[in-house]
Amino acid sequence: MSKKMKFRHLGVLVLVFALIAAACGDDDTADTTTAATTADTTADTTADTTADTTADTTMAPMAFPPEAGAWGGVLIAAGAPVEIRTLQAISESVAFLGVDQNRGTELALEDFGDVLGHPVNLGTAEDDLCLGEGGASGATAIAAQEGVLGVIGTTCSGAAFPAIPIFHAAGIVLISGSNTNATLTSDFQGNAGENWMNNYLRTAHNDLIQGAAAAIFAYDNLGLRKMGTIHDGDPYTSGLAGSFGLTFTELGGEIVVATSVAKEDTNMVPVLTEIAAGEPDGIYFPIFQPAGDFIVQQVGGISGLEDVQMYGADGLITPDHFSLPETEGVYYSGPDLGFDANAGFTGETYTNLVARYEAAYGELPTAAFHAHTYDATMMLLFAIESVAVEGPDGELWVDRLALRDFLYNISDFAGVTGTLTCDEFGDCGGNVVSVILNLDSDDPQAGIGNVVFRAGKGAGGEVVILPLG
Amino acid sequence: MKLLKLPQQRKRRFGFVDSFLWAVRIGALVFVVVGIFGIPGVAGGPEGSLFKTLSGEGVSGEAWRDLFISGLAQGSMYGMIALGYSLVYGVLGFINFAHGEVFMSGALVSFFAADAFATAGIWESQPVLALGFTILVAMATSTIVAVLTERIAYRRLRGSPRLIPLITSIGMSFFIRYTFRGLFGDSFKTYPAAPGVLEGRATIFGVEILKTQLTVIVVTAVSMVVLYQFVARTRMGRAMRAIAEDREIAALMGVNVDRVISLTFAVGGAMAGIAGVLWALLFRQVHFLTGFLPGIKGFTAAVVGGIGNMAGAYVGGLAIGLVESVGPLLVLDGWGIPAVSQLKDVVAFSALVLVLIYRPTGLLGERLSVEERG
Repeated sequence: MSKKMKFRHLGVLVLVFALIAAACGDDDTADTTTAATTADTTADTTADTTADTTADTTMAPMAFPPEAGAWGGVLIAAGAPVEIRTLQAISESVAFLGVDQNRGTELALEDFGDVLGHPVNLGTAEDDLCLGEGGASGATAIAAQEGVLGVIGTTCSGAAFPAIPIFHAAGIVLISGSNTNATLTSDFQGNAGENWMNNYLRTAHNDLIQGAAAAIFAYDNLGLRKMGTIHDGDPYTSGLAGSFGLTFTELGGEIVVATSVAKEDTNMVPVLTEIAAGEPDGIYFPIFQPAGDFIVQQVGGISGLEDVQMYGADGLITPDHFSLPETEGVYYSGPDLGFDANAGFTGETYTNLVARYEAAYGELPTAAFHAHTYDATMMLLFAIESVAVEGPDGELWVDRLALRDFLYNISDFAGVTGTLTCDEFGDCGGNVVSVILNLDSDDPQAGIGNVVFRAGKGAGGEVVILPLG
Repeated sequence: MKLLKLPQQRKRRFGFVDSFLWAVRIGALVFVVVGIFGIPGVAGGPEGSLFKTLSGEGVSGEAWRDLFISGLAQGSMYGMIALGYSLVYGVLGFINFAHGEVFMSGALVSFFAADAFATAGIWESQPVLALGFTILVAMATSTIVAVLTERIAYRRLRGSPRLIPLITSIGMSFFIRYTFRGLFGDSFKTYPAAPGVLEGRATIFGVEILKTQLTVIVVTAVSMVVLYQFVARTRMGRAMRAIAEDREIAALMGVNVDRVISLTFAVGGAMAGIAGVLWALLFRQVHFLTGFLPGIKGFTAAVVGGIGNMAGAYVGGLAIGLVESVGPLLVLDGWGIPAVSQLKDVVAFSALVLVLIYRPTGLLGERLSVEERG
C-alpha cells in the first residue's frame, strides 16, 4: 500500500470518528449554535430539541420555540435583528417613486424602534426596476436570504406580479404602499384578482375605484364626452386606463383612441397625432414621468389638440411635474392626500412626518406614496411584534403563517394615511381617491393640495362621491 | 478548372439563405406598400394609411407634415450623436457604448447654465447669448467626459482584443450614468421653455414649422458642415483620417496617435454636447437616464448610414428619425394595428434590419481601416 493510500485511509478514519463524536455530543451544544444565529426553522426539526430546563416546576414547561405553522417560522437569536426588506423601484426613470417610498420605510423604522428589544434590519435595498424582470430578480434575491419575515414593495404593480409567487413559496409577506392594479387583490365583489395570492397586502388604493371615480368626474363634472387614453404598457397604467374607459363608456361617453407609449419615449408627436385623428375632448394619461411630462409639453404643438383637456393620474403627482407651466389647468386623479392632521400608529402626524422627511433628506417628498409605505412598514412591524414569541434567553420566534393571518385581520389600524382595515384579499387602504387641479406651476404643493373632487368605496364596492371637506 | 467551378459557385451563392433574404426583402416591401396604399376592393382588408387620409378618416395632411418635420428634428439629433460613434469606430474600430452618457452629461450640466440664465431674465432678453453660452457649457462638459473616458478607460486597452474595450465601454456607460445620478440626483431637470423668439411657428417655403424644430434642424446641419470641413481641410482632420485608414502607417509618418485619438473623442463629445442642448430645447426634460435610448438610436443611425462614415451617420440619423416618426402611422396604422405609436422603436430597429438586408454596408457605405478591410 502506498504512502498516499495510507493517508487517505487515515483521513477517512478521522472523519468517521468525528461523525460518531458529533452524534453522541450534548444536545445543548447544538441548540446554542442554532440560537446564535437567525435561521429559518420549522417546528418538525426544532420543537423537540430545546426545553426550558430553568422553568418554574409549578408551571407547565413551555416549549420554545413553539410548534410552527405550515409556513414555518423564524428563530431570532438574542440581540439579533428582525429581518425585513424593501423591493422598490430605486433606479431608472421611476426612481423618484421608489426612493421616496424607501424613505417612508426608514422613517417608520425610526418611529417604531426595536421589536421586543431586537433592532430591525432592512438589509440591502433591492430594485424592482418598475418591471416584471426587476420584481422577479429582486424577489429571488430576498427569498434566498435567511430569516426575512416581510418585504415592503413593490413600487409598480407589474413588478409585483412575478414577485408575489416567489415570496409566497418562501412564506414571506409582501406589503405594497403603491401597487394599485385591481388584479392584485379583488374586484370588491368577493372575487379574487387573477394575480392575488394570500401573502400579499397593500395600503394603496385599488384602481377600480380610481378609474371609475376619474371617469365620473370627467363625464359629470367636466362634461367631456369623447376621450383618448394613453398608457405605457405597465399593468398599473393599462389597468387604470382600462378601468377609466369602462366606466366612461358605461356613463355614455366614447373612448375614441386607446393607445400607448413606451416608458422611454421622448418624442410624443406620433402618439398625439394618432389621438388627434379621433378628435377627442380630453386625454386621460395615467402614466409616469418623464413620458407624462413630454406629453403635456408637446400636446400644444399638435394640430387639433390645442384646446384638449389633459387629465393625468397619481404617477404624475410630483412637485417636479406640477412645476411645469404646461400642467396648469391639468387635472389628476390619485389617492386622497388630505391627511395632514392624521396621526399614525406611534402618534406621529403626517405634518411632522413631512418636516422630518425634509430635514433628513434635504427635500420635500418627491411623490405621493411615501406615506402609504410608512403605514405599510408600521403595519408589518406591529404585526411582527404582536405574533412574536419571546424565548427564555431573549430569543424571538415568529411564525410566518401567524404573521400573515395577523396582517389579514388588521382592522382600525391608525395610519398617517387614515384608518387601515385589511379585507380578505389584502386591500388595507382607505380607498379614498381625489381629483386635483394644478393652477399655479410656481407653487406645485398648492396644486397637489387643490382637491376638486373626492370619492371612495361604498359598502358594496361601488364608488361613492364624498364631500370635499 | 475555373470554368467548371464557376456554375457551382454561383449555385452555392444563391442558396437557401439567399432565397430567404430575398423573400424577406420582397415581403417587407409588400408589407410597406400595402400598409400605405391598402388593397383596393378587398372588403375587410388593410385600408392603407393614404386611403384613410384621403377619405378623411385617418391622419390629416397637417398632421403628416408635423410628423415629417418632427422626425427630421429628432433624426438630426440622432445624427449628431451618431457622429461620435462613427468617429470613434473609424479610428479605434470599436463601439463606444458610453457615448450616450457623454450626450447626457452635456444636457444635464448645461441645464444649470440655462436655468441660471432664465432666472436672471437673460434667457428671454438675450436669447442668442444665453443659448450660445449654454451650448458652450454642454460642449465643454461632454468633451471633458469623452476625453477623460478615453484617457482613463480605453487608452490602456489599445492593443487588446476588441471585445475588451467594448465591454469596458458598457461599464463606463453605467459608471458615468450613476455618477451623474449621484452628483445631480434622480429628479427630472426641466429646461426653461424656449425663448420668446423661438416660440410658435415659422413659415419656410409655405410650410409651417415649429421654430424650436427649425432651430434644431439648422444648428445640426451647420454643425455637420463645420465638422466635415474640419475633418476634410485641417491638419488634425487629415491626421484623423490617416489614423482611420491605417494607424501604424500614420504613426510611422509622424502622426501623434494618442493625441489624435483624444481629439477624435473630443470632437465626438462636442457634437454630443450640442445635441444635448438641442434635445433639451425640444423636449425640456433631462436626467441621468436621458442618454440611454438616444445613445442606442445614435448607434443604430451610425450603422444604418454606414459605420465610420461621417455623412452616413448624419443621413442614418435622419432616416431613423423619419422612420420612427412617420413609419408607425404610415405603415402599421394602414394594416389596422391598434396603438401603433408604442411600436415606433420596433419600426426603427426593423428599419435597421431591413437596411442591412438590402444594403449590408449601410446607406452610404462603411469606411473601414486597412486592417478591417484586410
